[in-house]
Amino acid sequence: MDLSYGSAMEGFRDEVRSFVESNWPIESENEELSFDKQASVFRERAIGQGYLYRNIPKKYGGSEQEPDVIKAQIIREEFTRKWAPTEARGIGTMMLVPTLLEKGEEWQKEKFVQPTITGELTWCQGYSEPGSGSDLASLMTKGELQGDEWVINGQKIWTSGAHVADYMFCLVRTEPEASKHAGISYLLLDMNQPGIEVRPLRMMTGSSDFNEVFFNDARTPKDWIVGKRGEGWLVSRTTLKHERNSIGAAQQTRAALAGLVKLARESEIDGRPAIEDSSIRQQLAELEGYVKAHQYSGYRQLTQDAKGGDAGIINMMMKLLSTEIGHKVAGLSMDLLEEEGLLSAGGAQLGNRSSSAGGWISQYMYSLGIAIAGGTANVQRNVISERGLGLPRDAAADRSSGK
Amino acid sequence: MNFDLTEEQEMLQQSLGNVMENELPVNRLREIFDGEAGHDPELWKSLVELGIGGLAISDTYGGAGLEILDLAVAAETLGYHGAPVPFLGHALAAVAIEAAGNESQKKKWLPSLATGDLVGTVALAEADGLWQPDEWKMAAGDRISGVKEFVPCAELSGVMVVGLEGGQLGLVDRNAEGISLEPVDGADRTRRMSHVTFENTPCELLADSSRGAGRLRDVGLVLCAADALGGSERLLEMSVEYAKTREQFGVKIGHFQALKHQLANMALDVEPNRGLYWFAAYAQDHEPEEAERIAAVAKAHMTDRFMQVARDAVEAHGGLGFTWECDVQIWFKRAMFNRSFLGTPSQHRVRSADLAGW
Repeated sequence: MDLSYGSAMEGFRDEVRSFVESNWPIESENEELSFDKQASVFRERAIGQGYLYRNIPKKYGGSEQEPDVIKAQIIREEFTRKWAPTEARGIGTMMLVPTLLEKGEEWQKEKFVQPTITGELTWCQGYSEPGSGSDLASLMTKGELQGDEWVINGQKIWTSGAHVADYMFCLVRTEPEASKHAGISYLLLDMNQPGIEVRPLRMMTGSSDFNEVFFNDARTPKDWIVGKRGEGWLVSRTTLKHERNSIGAAQQTRAALAGLVKLARESEIDGRPAIEDSSIRQQLAELEGYVKAHQYSGYRQLTQDAKGGDAGIINMMMKLLSTEIGHKVAGLSMDLLEEEGLLSAGGAQLGNRSSSAGGWISQYMYSLGIAIAGGTANVQRNVISERGLGLPRDAAADRSSGK
Repeated sequence: MNFDLTEEQEMLQQSLGNVMENELPVNRLREIFDGEAGHDPELWKSLVELGIGGLAISDTYGGAGLEILDLAVAAETLGYHGAPVPFLGHALAAVAIEAAGNESQKKKWLPSLATGDLVGTVALAEADGLWQPDEWKMAAGDRISGVKEFVPCAELSGVMVVGLEGGQLGLVDRNAEGISLEPVDGADRTRRMSHVTFENTPCELLADSSRGAGRLRDVGLVLCAADALGGSERLLEMSVEYAKTREQFGVKIGHFQALKHQLANMALDVEPNRGLYWFAAYAQDHEPEEAERIAAVAKAHMTDRFMQVARDAVEAHGGLGFTWECDVQIWFKRAMFNRSFLGTPSQHRVRSADLAGW
């Protein structure tokens, strides 16, 4: 066991730290720069140093570094320490770009990768359908090749950001004769066309970040397909893996616990700070056990990734671990808010007793969304029990061609 | 960063595991569990031959000179096998003497603890669950009198480290006068305990007690946590195995999603905690600022999770799980031991919250 990063890595840390200190925030003598402008200048410089988009080749706008999870970790630590911008975390960067790099055609990489990572192009993901949630491979949206174009008909749902995205990457059934999983292709398409209608769905939090998307003879060029016809299911697996990792980050749960401790200091029970209440202290301390276990499991993952090993069943647990902690954090926050828990998020924001109440109420609901998106908690339990513990697969689930 | 066990640590687990696989098949374990002595002298002999008696004793005194993480790794393996041996008290006595003894005390006791010629134990708790050094009330001196409760494997021991007022530690030769043992009818029959009464018993104070008592307690918490990981892993395996073999409605019950999800939840109470005990053990030698607090967090969390896994394991075995015949009960009762020995999870949560400055 060695928890240091080693002297060479500490040298690297110093280098990153001094870069961040002298480059963030970006100051201009002549004008006040907006955050977005500053972020874009900063990112450009960080790419030049090899600190961001390290796995993306230079010709597509990345910094093309040797893979090194320890360096990546140090960069994350040093950047977040100073609240400097890290990689843009849109769904295009997180999910489409890795997929394109692994499975895309050369022209697709050239056309899409760079503008996606700079945020010039935004994407949405067209996976779920009204009848295809956890059983995603049963999806029905149809793609037919007519001349040089795919013609798409059907419906997607829970499509975050569809109302603002320039493009969509999506799964459609192009081979109706093939078996369930082998009939799906991975297509890219332009959202700005008459064949696409986006209708907002209102979330339980009250805001509308996701949508229904209807395709009525929507069109996309024949070669806007990633992988071959019928390979879409396999192509999409690359991206799901990426989503799991990003949601499972132990850092978020540590930050959530810290936020909760802060809330407990600011809230009162019987005229005393809630943090002094023995029941609240018990609950916080109990939560910390889960948070620490999550944190050190992250270290195990990092260690195995760094040496090309496999953290095994832990990899299948990270998402469920963090969403379970999320539920516990959310529950305790509502106890701390006391009667403010009667309010809507918006209503709480108008109140003046605890400034963060609106955020906590919103998070109380949003924690459920996280537990559902990217594979529900129960799907995670299926994965853990079947792939992790080797229990028999459910006979009802048709996974004949998918994996 | 290399957050992983070393090859040597993996080999240690392997060789301890091999010995127990050969010498402690579960029918042998049951025999001891049901028997009078509650202890397997042959197994203990084999384990001390592998050096388990002196893992964390420095080589000057005949030990292996290893760290608390190595000790914890051994505790995990013993926990997995439910080993009925006096490891816990022995290891803690050695840790205390190593940390707090003067040269002559170390010379006198550590070499024979290292070889296993002598078994050590610790006498800490006083009536009403006073486990922590700052709670001990027994008066310190050349002679001690009073009662220490729940002393593990006291009848096997040759030397006891006794917690005394003000967080001091005393050394008592088990053959000294004025010691009487009253066996405790404990739930865990693989680690028998006694209430020990001292009546004007000769006692020698450990020189640097202030350092020793805290370390003794913290290492004890870590070893309970490590043992909990091993025990809960074993219960999970047993439950998974049962789900793969037991049939109802014409299929293996492992097909039923309700049970699969219960087993997945159990797994979530096991594997993520491995790194927690690793770090808690590592901190005892390398992260002095965090050592005390993380030991409390690990003990509270992991012994609680072990207990939950044990309850789930009974349920996963159905009616069989509720019987004396079913092996689950052996680890269930080890979980009860781990949970309460050295103080309950909620007591350690109070401590960890205080230490965090909350």
